[in-house]
Amino acid sequence: MKNIFALLTTLILSLSLSYGQLYYTSNGQITFYSKAPLEDIEAKNKQVSCAIDFSKGQMAFSMLMNAFQFEKALMQEHFNERYVESHKFPKATFAGSIQDIENINLSKAGSYSVTVSGKLTIHGVTQSVSSKGILKVSDDNSIRANSTFTINLEDYNVKIPTMYIDNISESIEIEVNVKLKPKS
Amino acid sequence: MRLYYSLILFACSFMVPQLAQSQEDLLDIIAQEEEPLTQYTIATFKGTRIVSGHTVETQAEGVMQMLIGHRFGRLNAGWRDLFGLDDATVRLGLDYGITDDLNIGIGRSSYTKIYDSHIKYRFLRQRYGAKPFPFTATAMASAMIRSDLRPFGNIDVPVSRRMYYTYQLMIARKFGDWLSLQVTPTLVHRNLVQSSNDKNTIFSLGLGSSIKITRAMRFNMEYYMILPSHQIQSDIQGEKVRNAFSLGIDLETGGHVFQLHLTNARGMHEKFLASETTGRWLDGDIHFGFNVSRVFTMYDRYAKREERKAQKKL
Repeated sequence: MKNIFALLTTLILSLSLSYGQLYYTSNGQITFYSKAPLEDIEAKNKQVSCAIDFSKGQMAFSMLMNAFQFEKALMQEHFNERYVESHKFPKATFAGSIQDIENINLSKAGSYSVTVSGKLTIHGVTQSVSSKGILKVSDDNSIRANSTFTINLEDYNVKIPTMYIDNISESIEIEVNVKLKPKS
Repeated sequence: MRLYYSLILFACSFMVPQLAQSQEDLLDIIAQEEEPLTQYTIATFKGTRIVSGHTVETQAEGVMQMLIGHRFGRLNAGWRDLFGLDDATVRLGLDYGITDDLNIGIGRSSYTKIYDSHIKYRFLRQRYGAKPFPFTATAMASAMIRSDLRPFGNIDVPVSRRMYYTYQLMIARKFGDWLSLQVTPTLVHRNLVQSSNDKNTIFSLGLGSSIKITRAMRFNMEYYMILPSHQIQSDIQGEKVRNAFSLGIDLETGGHVFQLHLTNARGMHEKFLASETTGRWLDGDIHFGFNVSRVFTMYDRYAKREERKAQKKL
């Protein structure tokens, strides 16, 4: 009985101490594109945090909305002040899981198609999303993750005045490009 | 033995949250890595002018603003002048952002034919979050030259005596996301004044406010108070110099801001606001006016910054 107790204690301790195989970056890149009849808009965020826990097959993103860089300063102000309301909802986050995680071999360089699904929160609204992407394991022990998907502004309660329907697209293309390293 | 079982049970109860560690925890891990959040307050005012006077706002680096200001004549001019519409004055101006905080600008007003230039620097910014700061502060200096040769009577006056200077310190705070207030101590220096009873250097206290009505519309007020009031004794065209009070609305479209206002001040410059306003609201000496601003992005400032960074590394 003493042995069982000792075993359990070790198990508990080992669970609480290890995060598993955790990969992390704080300078991932997310770009979004709005393609409307009158105007194409592009904004880039280069300070995206991303973490992948391979032991659990989970993936998460977090970014500051006001870190999106627009070519036009006024557009950046409008984006933050009028559309995503960064003062109220400073962050956008994603937390989800990677399907087919067991196919990925971290000790061997290679490229894997994966599907990631989970909850995306923008402008205080959370929606379930799912997207295909590519995970690339490199020899230097880093991992690249790429994905492109589309969201509808309406789903996140971001309203475009009818006046700007030709300037701002209702569906926004989002391109994710992150390079993660093992976290000690 | 029972003690052991209960101990194991107790231990197991710790395991449950560990096993149930969800995706949210991965976000927690990220949150631990991230620095505590501090954000700058944006859009304290919609534009660089409340009505005629400056706000703490500056143009971003590489942004050129074209500003066209119109003030019509007095509403109480009646049908004869179509309530002031016959009698318009214009200021054409260009402002440019050298950096996000440092701006320069030039302008020309038809009223008394004045050329103006200014330099403006935002040296403190309101922030909230981990390292908050309560207000934004901007300093502005401007020099003006009056290009009609005879400001007073029939005598030509040399250039040096037709120069004017203003210095402003603007302190503004945005409360929540709907109200902004600004205090603007202002000094106006006039090289030549009408009589020895008038001070060359005048102190005026500017007050401004902006209230958000919808996300594209704001209501503004601007008041310039000569303090103390006896600094200017001479009349201008038979009228006493008064404090300037203006009401305005900002209407914002994509790249334009339209500002419509009612004001007793005719000129579109601090010098006029602080030392040459003669209209009296209660008598109906009110001018209808508008500003139209349009911004042009001269270059992509983020691309330029990266270029500079790359050059520094070399």
